[in-house]
Amino acid sequence: MLELKGIRKSFGKIEVLHGVDLDVRAGEVHALLGENGAGKSTLMKILCGIIQPSEGKILINGAERHFADYDQAIAAGIGIVFQEFSLIPWLDAVENMFLAREIRNRFGMLNRKAMHRRAAEIMRQLAVDVPLDVPVHRLSVAEQQFVEIAKALSLNARILVLDEPTATLTPSEVEHLFKVMRELRKQGVAIIFISHHLEEIFEICDRITVLRDGEFVGSCAVSEVDNDRLVEMMVGRRIENNFPAKVPVPSPAPVVIDVEELQLKKGGPVSRFQLRKGEILGFAGLVGSGRTETVLAMLGAGPVQRCRLRLNGTQKRFRGPDEALAAGIGLLPESRKEQGLITSFSILQNVSLNNYGKYRKNHWFIDLKKELAATRTAMAQVRVKAQGPHARVDTLSGGNQQKVVIARWLNHDMQVLIFDEPTRGIDVGAKAEIYALMREFTQKGGSIIMISSELPEVIGMSDRVCVFRSGGLVATVEGDQIESETIMTHATTGRVEHVA
Amino acid sequence: MSHDASTGAAGKTGGLTLGRLLQSPLALPLIGLIVVSILMGLASDNFFTLNNILNVLRQVSVVGILAVGMTFVILTGGIDLSVGAVMALVGTLSAGMMVNMGVPAAAALALGLLIGLGIGLANGVLVAWGRMPAIIVTLATMGMARGLGLIYSGGYPISGIPSWISWFGVGRIGIIPVPVVIMVAIYAVAWVLLQRTAFGRHVYALGGNENAARLSGVKTQRVKLAVYGISGLTSALAAVILTGRLMSGQPNAGVGFELDAIAAVVLGGTAIAGGRGLILGTLIGAVLLGILNNGLNLMGINPYLQDVIKGAIILLAIYIGREWR
Ligand SMILES: Nc1ncnc2c1ncn2[C@@H]1O[C@H](COP(=O)(O)OP(=O)(O)OP(=O)(O)O)[C@@H](O)[C@H]1O
Ligand SMILES: [Mg+2]
Repeated sequence: MLELKGIRKSFGKIEVLHGVDLDVRAGEVHALLGENGAGKSTLMKILCGIIQPSEGKILINGAERHFADYDQAIAAGIGIVFQEFSLIPWLDAVENMFLAREIRNRFGMLNRKAMHRRAAEIMRQLAVDVPLDVPVHRLSVAEQQFVEIAKALSLNARILVLDEPTATLTPSEVEHLFKVMRELRKQGVAIIFISHHLEEIFEICDRITVLRDGEFVGSCAVSEVDNDRLVEMMVGRRIENNFPAKVPVPSPAPVVIDVEELQLKKGGPVSRFQLRKGEILGFAGLVGSGRTETVLAMLGAGPVQRCRLRLNGTQKRFRGPDEALAAGIGLLPESRKEQGLITSFSILQNVSLNNYGKYRKNHWFIDLKKELAATRTAMAQVRVKAQGPHARVDTLSGGNQQKVVIARWLNHDMQVLIFDEPTRGIDVGAKAEIYALMREFTQKGGSIIMISSELPEVIGMSDRVCVFRSGGLVATVEGDQIESETIMTHATTGRVEHVA
Repeated sequence: MSHDASTGAAGKTGGLTLGRLLQSPLALPLIGLIVVSILMGLASDNFFTLNNILNVLRQVSVVGILAVGMTFVILTGGIDLSVGAVMALVGTLSAGMMVNMGVPAAAALALGLLIGLGIGLANGVLVAWGRMPAIIVTLATMGMARGLGLIYSGGYPISGIPSWISWFGVGRIGIIPVPVVIMVAIYAVAWVLLQRTAFGRHVYALGGNENAARLSGVKTQRVKLAVYGISGLTSALAAVILTGRLMSGQPNAGVGFELDAIAAVVLGGTAIAGGRGLILGTLIGAVLLGILNNGLNLMGINPYLQDVIKGAIILLAIYIGREWR
């Protein structure tokens, strides 16, 4: 149904796709795999007419096609969910879904009712409950992801591209999405699916194509490969993708942050928890369970009703991330593009953005040499694939952008790091590397709060796990209790403590 | 010195090749400057004389200095419409202090600088902590500053200031006019601030993505306060030169100068939405604007028509600038 042949693409002098083939059949889910920066997103943007190939052909049902822009691709039955969101923050879900494709009535006026109905229908299909009439910037990242997916579905595309749609979703939400994908597959839609979660590939995909550094490695049926073989095709070597061993935190460990009372909304649940020196404290829960809101409230970066906390034993109140930073607490936010990066900055400038204390010369000035050296080290640590420290971050692949934010914080000498979905969009090889660095940080006496919707990650990395539900903490589990069933039970049926 | 990006990173080291020069964000403003200079040279024999060039630079200095503060503000994603009015107010008050209140002239000038800084900081407080849009805040303070100057002076120029003050306006060091020396010094300081200090990086960061800057711990409100303060201070510095040139405090001076300053910044390649741009670009933009003014004058073109031509050239330049990237 869809064939890409010998696609090449250069940005300036650098070629990033070296003759890639892709062949997708109607009624199949086709996985596109490769490390961060392999060229997956670039290939998909070429398919959708958003960027033009330097060389190569696009064939649909055997006929060669050229798409000068995304609109032409849509007209040819192609829909895409971008890796980086493309929603307009101030518009609501319905307006975003029908942007430039508004349904009009006889008089040429917007037919809001019809659009609303159609949007609600798609959301029902996805079995999610996303508020349709609040500006999308007020939705959680996962909810925004569903708006993106719904937007692509509303096009009734025959070829649907999903670029890392599951990166921000919890397992149950992924299940909803897969159900819809299976339904579409039955209707003969061809789906191209990109993900760094290999277990998803085996669950939903029929065939795979692997890219490595812009080279076409191969295509085959999913049944012909196993997990190790897949990793080898992607990375070119075998990886022991194990979580680093948990080292028992010496007890009694000193408490670094003691949240005595934290209430997000008036009349809402009250959370209490402690972060100990040298531990990784996992925050688990469904999307919308209040994990991100809780940490933002702690730092004074989000709405809060009541918050009492102690830092190393003394009462503290943060009025913003700058005060938290001064106290040695760093935040890696959940959305790299909106909240983490200055996209017009280079890697170097992003890494050192809030860390100039480290490279001072004559007190007032930046020591450029030191800054450059430190950036190079940080980039190597998390394996950022880029032309160099001066590359603008908006020319990096999604996973590499995420690595830049991580590099920023690992380069800091903080006592507490709060990581919100730290490995979102990061490939299997680099993940292991980052886990090891996180462990190294806690071994040296640092503490980490890690919010993650990836259950294996929470289980594999956390010394203790706080489970959240409906805006409050419902349980803290440790030791043998850190396993999926216990956590999921708390996350779905846990009792929240309400205080007026 | 080369720059790898318009976001103010110190450049990769290496030779200054033509290719690299063409990729620099300064390339387009420079080309514009050269083209316009050549055209003016062709149109008027007097253009390429040393005297005329120094004259152009001297004329440029007031708007050029206003544009420095404007660059800081625009880089953060803001705007400052009050610069021209603040300049007039500071000039009027300084002259008034000298002439009517018996304040020693040097002290009056220094107080003028403080007043400018103070108004700028007030703008900053309203924008950063009052969370009001910069365009509205500075539109209001523009009106207030202009009005206060007129009230204080009764609408008439205040003359009779000590003659040595004219040194700031028309003096020379060697052959170089003093205002040009002052302007270059201010640009040098601005360059160091923007390219070599953490504060400078934070200015760019604010314009690039304020939310991300805030969440990563940048004190965004203080950065805003500082850029509006700088803008107020450069307005006051411009006032010193203007006072020296006019030998009086003129409450009606500098009407519309804020627009010239914005034009200089934008012609210099700075993004009006912030985050990208170079201070050297602003200098080029200001000189370009000055040459246009001077050349059109030398050609004896009707002043009303001059405005039309200038507007058209700004539009053209910005259009080309967008297509270029
Ligand atoms: N506009 C651009 N200018 C220069 N280089 C670019 C540009 N866009 C992408 N690249 C480069 O192309 C390569 C492929 O990027 P791409 O986004 O396709 O990777 P990806 O496979 O989607 O990775 P990820 O898993 O991290 O999303 C990267 O090395 C990236 O730096
Ligand atoms: Mg990608």
